[in-house]
Amino acid sequence: MAETPEHNRENTEPCRSGAGMTASEVEAWFIREVLPLEAALTSFLQHNWRNKADIADLRQDVYERVCEAAYGQFPENTKAFVFRTARNLLINRVKREHVVPIEAVSDLDALGIALDAPGPESSVLARDELRRLQTALAALPPRCREAVTLGRIDGLSGREIASRMGISEAAVSMHLDHGIRVLVDAVYGAPEDSRRKT
Amino acid sequence: MSEPASARPLADIEAQAAAWVRRRHFWDWSDEAQAELDAWLAESISHRVAYWRMESGFARTEKLVALRDPASEAPQTARRFPVLMGLAAAAALIAVMGAGATRMMLHPQDRIYSTPVGGHERIVFADGTKVELNTDTVIRARMTTDRRVVWLEKGEAYFQVKHDAAHPFTVMVGERRVTDLGTAFLVRRDEGRMELAVVQGRVRFDAGTAHQAATLTPGDVVTASGNTVLESRKSDAALQSELGWRRGVLVFDNTTLAVAAEEFNRYNRQKIVITDPAAARLAMVGTFPIHDVSAFTDAAEDIFKLRIENQGSEIVISR
Repeated sequence: MAETPEHNRENTEPCRSGAGMTASEVEAWFIREVLPLEAALTSFLQHNWRNKADIADLRQDVYERVCEAAYGQFPENTKAFVFRTARNLLINRVKREHVVPIEAVSDLDALGIALDAPGPESSVLARDELRRLQTALAALPPRCREAVTLGRIDGLSGREIASRMGISEAAVSMHLDHGIRVLVDAVYGAPEDSRRKT
Repeated sequence: MSEPASARPLADIEAQAAAWVRRRHFWDWSDEAQAELDAWLAESISHRVAYWRMESGFARTEKLVALRDPASEAPQTARRFPVLMGLAAAAALIAVMGAGATRMMLHPQDRIYSTPVGGHERIVFADGTKVELNTDTVIRARMTTDRRVVWLEKGEAYFQVKHDAAHPFTVMVGERRVTDLGTAFLVRRDEGRMELAVVQGRVRFDAGTAHQAATLTPGDVVTASGNTVLESRKSDAALQSELGWRRGVLVFDNTTLAVAAEEFNRYNRQKIVITDPAAARLAMVGTFPIHDVSAFTDAAEDIFKLRIENQGSEIVISR
C-alpha cells in the first residue's frame, strides 16, 4: 500500500497522553454517534461549499477533528459539536483560501436552530438502508457488480471470485475496492450528487 | 482550477481503507496482516477515521444477503461464508450494540450461517448437533476440538445438542450465555431482548454480570432485556406452538391481531399494517401456513368484518 505522507497537518498525533479515551472507545463513539450524522453533514457541506470535489475531503476533516477532540473528552451534544466543527472548518477555509462560497452565511446562521434537537438523521442509517444498498449495487459497472455479488451475497472469497469470473486476483481486488466504497457511501445515505462516480 | 492549498490525499487514504477492509474480509487474514493494519492505523487519525467509517459501513452491507434468492439454495445445506465473513457479522453486531461493545476476535474456525426474511435452514454439525434457523437469523459457530460455541447474532434458532460433558456446547446471546446440559432449546434475539425456552433436558443460563446463573428444565422460559431477567413457565402445548415455524406454521391461541400481524411480518416481505387500534386488540385462535398472509387477512375479514386492502408491499387492515 502506498505511503501517505502527513503534510500540512495539525494535531495529528495518534495518541494523546494523559487522561482521556482509548482508541476503541473513540471508535465506538464515532460509529454510534457521528457516522449516523453523515447524510446531514454531507448535505450541509454541499450547501455551503461550491466545489463539490472537496466535499468528501471536508467531511473527513470534520471527522478527524471531532475524533481528535473525543480522545480528550466526548462532547455532550455530538450533533451540535459536529456541525460547529464543520462550520468552523468552512470559515477557516474561506479565510485561508480567499474563496467565497455561495450561500454560506445564511445556512450557517440557520444551523443554530437545528443543533439541539435530536434530528431525524439519527435513524437515517436504518431507514431504507437495504433499498439504498440495492440501488447502489445495481448502479455498479457489470463486472464490479458481479464481483461484489459473489463476494458479499454469495459469500465467496477473493480467490474463489477470481476463478469463478476467470480474472486475476488483482482485478478482483480492484472491483471489490470500488464496490466497497460505493456501498459504504450508500449505507451512510449520502445524497445522490455527492456519491462517487461509478 | 488549481487544487486548494490544503489538498491532502484523502482519495488515497480512502482507497487504502477500502483495501484493508477487502483484504480482511475476502483474503486470508493472519496475525501479520493484523499487525500491519494496526501499524497503519497507528500512523494517523486520518487513517483511523477512514478505516472506522469503511469497516463499520461495510459491516452494514451484510443486509444485502437478504437479496439472495432462497430458491437457489440446495435444500438441507446452510449457507457457508468463507472464514473471514465472521468478522463482518461481528462488526455488524458491534454496530448494533453500540456502546460497550468491544472488538471481537476473529477465529479461523468461525463460520457464519444466515437466513433471509422468510428463510428456514437446518444445519447438522460434525458432532451431530442440529440447529434450525428461523427467519432473518444470523449465527456464528466455532466448533473446535475443545470448544463448541455458537453466537446468536440475531433472529431465532432451535438447538438439539449432542451432549458431551467434556466439551460443553454454549450459545452466546450478547453477554448472556446458555450452556447445554443435554438438551433441546429455543433461543430468540431481537433488538435488545432475548428469550430462551427449554424444550428437553437441562440448560444452564448465565445472564452475564450482576445475575446469578440458573439451571433450567423443560417448560422454563427466560426473557432478558436490558438488566431485567424474567423467568416463567410454558406448557408443552404453548412451547409446541412457539416452535410452529419448524413445521412451517404459525399457531395463535387467544393472540391479538397486533401480535399475530407482527409474527407474520417476521416471515414475509409483504407487511401487515393494522390502522385501527381497536381492531389490533381483537384476539383470535388458529393455525396458519407461515407464508400465507392472505389466509390470515381473509380470516380477519370473515370473522371480524374488517376491511382488507392489498397495497402491494403492505396489506392494510382497518375497520
